[in-house]
Amino acid sequence: MASLHTVNKSPFSINSLKSCLEHANDGDTILLIEDGIYGALKGSEISQIVADKIGSLSIIALEPDMKARGIDSSKILTGIITTNYDGFVELAAKHDVCQAWL
Amino acid sequence: MAYDVNGTAVEHDEEGYITNLSDWSKELADIISKAEEIEMTDEHWAVVNFLREYYDEYQIAPAVRVLVKSIKKSLGPDIGNNKYMYELFPYGPAKQACKIAGLPKPTGCV
Amino acid sequence: MSEQVKKFLYVNRKAPYGTIYALESLEVVLIGAAFDQDVSLAFIDDGVFQLTKGQDTKEIGVKNFSPTYRALGDYEVTKLYVEKESLIERGLSTDDLQELTYEDEDDDWAEKPSIRIVSRKEMGELMGNQDVVLSF
Repeated sequence: MASLHTVNKSPFSINSLKSCLEHANDGDTILLIEDGIYGALKGSEISQIVADKIGSLSIIALEPDMKARGIDSSKILTGIITTNYDGFVELAAKHDVCQAWL
Repeated sequence: MAYDVNGTAVEHDEEGYITNLSDWSKELADIISKAEEIEMTDEHWAVVNFLREYYDEYQIAPAVRVLVKSIKKSLGPDIGNNKYMYELFPYGPAKQACKIAGLPKPTGCV
Repeated sequence: MSEQVKKFLYVNRKAPYGTIYALESLEVVLIGAAFDQDVSLAFIDDGVFQLTKGQDTKEIGVKNFSPTYRALGDYEVTKLYVEKESLIERGLSTDDLQELTYEDEDDDWAEKPSIRIVSRKEMGELMGNQDVVLSF
């Protein structure tokens, strides 16, 4: 029973992403939305923590929120995929449990 | 809106719950109970006193089932049952008794 | 009826008075308790500050709702999981937390502790084993 986790806060001001990464179980999906997409950046102080989880967790960033913030795919960690609103809906429908990290 | 307790005005909301919990007195409880058309007996007072103590300890008015269970434990099953509670307070023990006890409307009570 | 019972987890991650999350969570738990589900509460990150003893809000002019956690047992909410690592990161130990108990109806009303200290790993497993997770 894999869960979908959403993170909507910047990892540089609030520890939600870090806490989420530490509590998620293998096979879970983490969707980065709103300011949460900054967690996908490469070369940041938490990039390594995020990169270490790619593989055991599926980490996905929401494109509209990336575009709004001027973040394109070249700036994010290899292994993080992106999706649009339709993909967001599909993810929510596919998982039995959604857990928001506020 | 206010109750008149021996010439002193005690504010209440549109449903009759008093605004400041510290304004409560036995005289006020008598006035509210009359407005609710309830004749206060020892059993009524036992419930009202229980509610005040519960609020003092936990800072909430208990839900009806919690009230009934607790009254059952402290005063026995003759008083601590749903039917009897509704005989004492026909419009709902938590709602009506809380009003008389000077407590806010119970959480989750609509 | 029993097959309709779902496992509900309320996840608390915020300190008590800086934002409204903690109080909102507690109120939802109390209201939700009427529905006879299998309820657990999780306290992680700053959420562990909700359970500290000695809270006194008189001078900040807001209601002190810490005594209300002691009423949870009456509402048959008896599983409060507190994460050990979150306590340690904040310099806290179980001695800093309120003592919360419930009376076990199935064990001659014996008084039992409601707080269960678990590791981060166990907390993650608990989260992965729910039907509904509500975040605050």
